[in-house]
Amino acid sequence: MLAALILFPLFFAALALLLPWYQGRSWMLPLAGTLHLLLASFLVVRQAPVAAPGTWIGLDSLSKIVLLATSLLFFCCAFYAVEYLKLHRARGNKVMAPCLLIFLSAMTLAVVARHLGVLWMAVETTTIASAPLIYYNRNRLSIEATWKYLLICSVGIALAMFGILFIAYSALGGAGPATLQFDKLLAAAPTLASPWLHAGFVFLLVGFGTKMGLAPLHTWKPDAYGEAPAVIGALLSGGLTSVAFLAIVRGVQLMGAAGDLTMARHALLGMGLLSLLLAAVFMVRQPDIKRMLAYSSVEHMGILAIGIGIGGLATYGALLHLINNALTKGCLFLSAGNIQRAFASKNLSEVRGAISVVPVSGTLFLVGFLAITGSPPFGLFMSEFTILRGIFSGGHTAVGVAFLSLLAMIFIGMGATVLAATQGETTEKKVLFKDRFLLVAPPLILILVVLLLGLYIPEPLRALLQNAANLLEGKS
Amino acid sequence: MHSLSNFCLLLVVLLNFFTLGSARLGACIRAVAIQGGLLALLPILSHGITGHTLLLSGGALLLKGIFIPWLLLRAIREVRIRREVEPLIGYVPTLLLGALITAGTFIFADFLPLLPQHHDGLFIPTALATFFSGFLLLMTRRKAITQVLGYLMLENGIFIFGILLSDAMPLMVEAGVLLDLLVGVFVMGIVMNQINREFSTINTERLSALKE
Repeated sequence: MLAALILFPLFFAALALLLPWYQGRSWMLPLAGTLHLLLASFLVVRQAPVAAPGTWIGLDSLSKIVLLATSLLFFCCAFYAVEYLKLHRARGNKVMAPCLLIFLSAMTLAVVARHLGVLWMAVETTTIASAPLIYYNRNRLSIEATWKYLLICSVGIALAMFGILFIAYSALGGAGPATLQFDKLLAAAPTLASPWLHAGFVFLLVGFGTKMGLAPLHTWKPDAYGEAPAVIGALLSGGLTSVAFLAIVRGVQLMGAAGDLTMARHALLGMGLLSLLLAAVFMVRQPDIKRMLAYSSVEHMGILAIGIGIGGLATYGALLHLINNALTKGCLFLSAGNIQRAFASKNLSEVRGAISVVPVSGTLFLVGFLAITGSPPFGLFMSEFTILRGIFSGGHTAVGVAFLSLLAMIFIGMGATVLAATQGETTEKKVLFKDRFLLVAPPLILILVVLLLGLYIPEPLRALLQNAANLLEGKS
Repeated sequence: MHSLSNFCLLLVVLLNFFTLGSARLGACIRAVAIQGGLLALLPILSHGITGHTLLLSGGALLLKGIFIPWLLLRAIREVRIRREVEPLIGYVPTLLLGALITAGTFIFADFLPLLPQHHDGLFIPTALATFFSGFLLLMTRRKAITQVLGYLMLENGIFIFGILLSDAMPLMVEAGVLLDLLVGVFVMGIVMNQINREFSTINTERLSALKE
């Protein structure tokens, strides 16, 4: 069942490659997206027992959360992509459609992997599959962004491989046979040689941290998100970063089982605070709306790292934040794409008064900004508040104060750019683009879900989040 | 067996130095190809002949020793470049840095708690030295093709470490890793081609429009 979830997007990718019909190829995406969402929700809801130890793929509470978030995000992006590809007929979709589907498959495999080697392979495949997507616009800037993305992420992932090999070596001295199967590693964790395990975790953190975009390893992010089509930016910033975060969380789980949770937490906390700081610095007076979103992504990766780094209640908050961030980033990127189309620019020098030109997209962008900065009543308010409660109840007052003041700085910096882009008089004379149903409905759905999560968290979801947090805390 | 694999590993380190110090791209690519070929010997030398090691060696030889270098050689013939010009750091300083890094990894490996059977092997220091030499190549050169070569060398370092752990790595995962390497280099090649077409050069210093 789980294998089908990974394999059927590949089947659709092959179909999209063979199909000689442009619209048909585009419609493969929503078809696969819908099927993926249905199957994924069925698998998550069905209270299946955790797969027997020794299998390569399986679902636990942590992967269920990431699977739900990425699947819902892909579902919305797929419908958006159909209309997007219709607008860019000249550029074709022969590469875009199959690559997106391979990307979906690799992302799913990375989420459900119970074997560190398989996890690595899947994450590397997502890098390769998304490079042609970033290059979709085929101009000088997108080449530069693609080259940086490919090189930096490949080297980062190579470091993560070293980390995985170190962890495997740490198991070599123990009683059992050498393995990279995650459940077996967890069971053997107390016997792992700790110098190798520590070195392995550091390499893992740096490697997958590059992919996730934690400062100071985020340098590819503004370029790639800025130059990629909006729908790709949404999938990278909402989906791929969550997957990379899950890979780091696996490392934390292992460190926890080995009794070295403190070291892992300190490392995450340091990187998280640095991410917030760098994001705040670069977000102020940022004239480019998509680069601004990229720095916002760095910020939220930092918040996730801080949540895990503090532990306790904050872990629960961080996991809820992962869902909220993925969906809100989707809404923001998709509506920013519409604004960019309306002004043929993403720079504040030309983008002014978006609400009067593309009313729905402009409003969605503004609402998305309110949501992402943690204003009530959206879901991010709840999750950031939970993390904050965790920070203060854990007695980390200094961290809490720094966290709050950086968030305030980011709110002001981001607000200046977003308000200038959406409000006021437009200078645009002729209308290049009007809101279309398939280009505004997906971001609308995403932001509605985020709103819903802020008002009410269904009991099954709360239980799922609590279970996942317990997994990380070492309670069962 | 042990001394033979150590001899291979020493050659690998020497090839690192050769690649770091050479300006001729063709020679660099061939050096990395020979390195790939040497790596293909290692699984057999250290684990004996089994189905697993034969497949691993065959795959490594085909990809790292023959196919990818052939792709790169074809690429430099197409864009008609032979030499790396003006690296970010000169050749002698790069070599010195490489030597320092290699010495550092040998010292570092002494501090790690190795299993008894790995004590007199050179696997771990060589793996780290090759990895970081590749990283150095990637950082200090301007031609996109040398950067790809650096990436290849870095992957070679990982491969060496992986040989120690071939019990933990199922064949399918190893094959997947090699396949990822191949497709990765392939995609990099395509992007390189586009860089060449768009900028009429593969010097990556021209890729500097995106910044704050």
